[in-house]
Amino acid sequence: MSAVNTENAIEARNIVKRFDGETAVDGIDLDIKKGSIFGILGPNGAGKTTTLRMLLGIIDPDEGERTLLGSLDPISKAHQVGYLPEERGLYQSMKAYDAIAFMGALRGLPLNEGRARGKQMMEDHGLGDAIDKQIRALSKGMAQTVQLLGTIVHDPDLIILDEPFSGLDALNQGKLERLIRGQADKGVTVIFSTHVIAHAERLCEEIAIVAHGKIPFMGKVSTARDRLRPQVHLETRELDGPWRSAIPADCRPLGHNWHFTLPQTGVEPLLEALIQGKAGIESLSIERPGLHDAFVHIAGEAVAKKMDEDAARDSVGEAA
Amino acid sequence: MMESFMETIRAAFVIARRDFTAIIFSKSFFFFLLGPLFPLIIGLAAGGLGKQVNQDIDRSVIGIALPEDQAEKLVDARASLVKSLGENAIPELLLLPDVSPDDPDMVQYLDSAEKPLTAIISNSLEQPRLSGAERDVKRWKGRTALLAETALSGSSPVAVHTDFVAATGSSKKRTQLATAQGGQVILILLTMILAGMVLSNLVEEKTNKIIEVLAAAIPMDAIFLGKLFAMLGMALVGITVWSSLGFVGVTAISSGIPNLPPPAVGWPIFCVLLVLYFSMAYLLLGSLFLGIGAMATTVREVQTLSMPVTMGQLLVFFLAAYSVTKLGEPVEWFAVLFPFSSPFAMIARAAQMDNIWQHGLALIWQAMFTLIIIRFSVMLFKKNVMKSGQSARKKPLWRRVTGA
Repeated sequence: MSAVNTENAIEARNIVKRFDGETAVDGIDLDIKKGSIFGILGPNGAGKTTTLRMLLGIIDPDEGERTLLGSLDPISKAHQVGYLPEERGLYQSMKAYDAIAFMGALRGLPLNEGRARGKQMMEDHGLGDAIDKQIRALSKGMAQTVQLLGTIVHDPDLIILDEPFSGLDALNQGKLERLIRGQADKGVTVIFSTHVIAHAERLCEEIAIVAHGKIPFMGKVSTARDRLRPQVHLETRELDGPWRSAIPADCRPLGHNWHFTLPQTGVEPLLEALIQGKAGIESLSIERPGLHDAFVHIAGEAVAKKMDEDAARDSVGEAA
Repeated sequence: MMESFMETIRAAFVIARRDFTAIIFSKSFFFFLLGPLFPLIIGLAAGGLGKQVNQDIDRSVIGIALPEDQAEKLVDARASLVKSLGENAIPELLLLPDVSPDDPDMVQYLDSAEKPLTAIISNSLEQPRLSGAERDVKRWKGRTALLAETALSGSSPVAVHTDFVAATGSSKKRTQLATAQGGQVILILLTMILAGMVLSNLVEEKTNKIIEVLAAAIPMDAIFLGKLFAMLGMALVGITVWSSLGFVGVTAISSGIPNLPPPAVGWPIFCVLLVLYFSMAYLLLGSLFLGIGAMATTVREVQTLSMPVTMGQLLVFFLAAYSVTKLGEPVEWFAVLFPFSSPFAMIARAAQMDNIWQHGLALIWQAMFTLIIIRFSVMLFKKNVMKSGQSARKKPLWRRVTGA
């Protein structure tokens, strides 16, 4: 790997992971800036968890290299990292505050300090009544919160959360979003994976979209949105006239409503043509595409590309 | 009431059917089926082995320091008695032509003959004198009289005079062999009882999904080692309690500490080595079991694995037990060098050989192998278990264990 950029919390170059001959992650590059909130988006089975596990050093890539907080050996930086896996798990017989302390102790926090912090954090997050309860006695949401607190009890510099919002109700999702923002405000780098785009849209400065083990897009959320042209929603009194040449020829009305992609010429020429062509505008709205639309578009393209590649490979195989 | 009972039976049947098919269609069931073969093999081996070991221990050799014609008569008498009583009933005789029958100090010849002698018959056939350790002399006094009477054609009863000595090479060898076997049995029993428990040690982490939290926070080797040492600590506490209770019990029953035969390295060092070799045996077998057990994703898989693993342990133990009387022979060296039998073979050496340095080497050798096994287990674990998704769990246990 070339010289490590000290501005980055994580760098990955062409990392590949195969399981039983199948490629789960196929040459991923990543640059995640320190202090940012970074989202890894992708459909189920895209390779998000495998990527995170490689970044954390739980498993090693078959090819390529990655650095975590400047180290090629991610486990050596474990004291500065907090990790919430997708499959949540705690020792069922442990008391809640002890579970937090145990997770801190795994990452170098003295047990007694971890216990004190654990109790305080539980109080702060409205779980004061559950401090002395065993994990098995907690509700699923409470146990998840306890594990999340265990992830940050040692004040890490980097927090990696794998599908942190799954299984949480709307109220707890809001709490988690606030917690993530709070950590980022302290300068902590937060990386999370999700397949629920709304969270990424609200929280992230930058995202990577993972599909079929590759990253078809990495960059700012606004850049992802810009991949799609704005959508026009138009309602007219007239159904025909000279103004029709201003909208795409293949656009068909739904009653008097028209939905189409804003032409490359922009808003003003369209508006001018509609007015001068006497379309009788009842309403007009131009919507910038959301991250969800961009995600579906980018991930969909990647899926289509992968299918084309597979089909081409199959046809070569058959020909051979 | 009846309806509820029937529903319980129906549900039980559903569960039973699922478990039954899951087990019989798994690769590990093959080992389960092989399981009964092990006790059979071990039973056969143990029969032969026990006989061989006893023969090796009890093979008494009695020196003959008699005038040449009398010695020959005695050898002939032995040959005829062996025909009717069998080889093991009459001790082996070794002629000592250079020893004077009248020599009053027979002790010096007991250990200087070509074989360590159990006792020596001297003086004359009419008035034989049997010299040796008290235990051996008392054991063979009757047979010596029988031999003499047969040699004299049974004309009159022969009174055997006895001459006790403190200890002989032969009696010392036997007592040390007994200590060696005792030490091995203790190690074997403790390791068998305790090491198997390690098999299921990672199941809790995996079923509670804690393993990923641990794997992301600390090296996998540390997880394996930590678990191993925690279990070893637990085992040592158990042993301390059992041995303390045993000591108190034995002391109370026999009103004092029994006078046990001392091992070659002496009791204090032998006891230290016993603890060290137990620890190494536990760590060696435990690391292997932990590695195998880590591949299992359910308690059911662990249960299926436990029997072949126990039988494997027994095979190792029998190798060590067989080699106990073969000091310095290739089979004993193999048992010493083969990591899993090494602790058992070495504790037998501690009872029979007084050099200490070899134990240092053996402990380093065994520790090295423990680390190699842990490394290998971690490699397999990372390769086969730490995958996301269902595919990892669907992979058959056999492929997970072998890494295929």
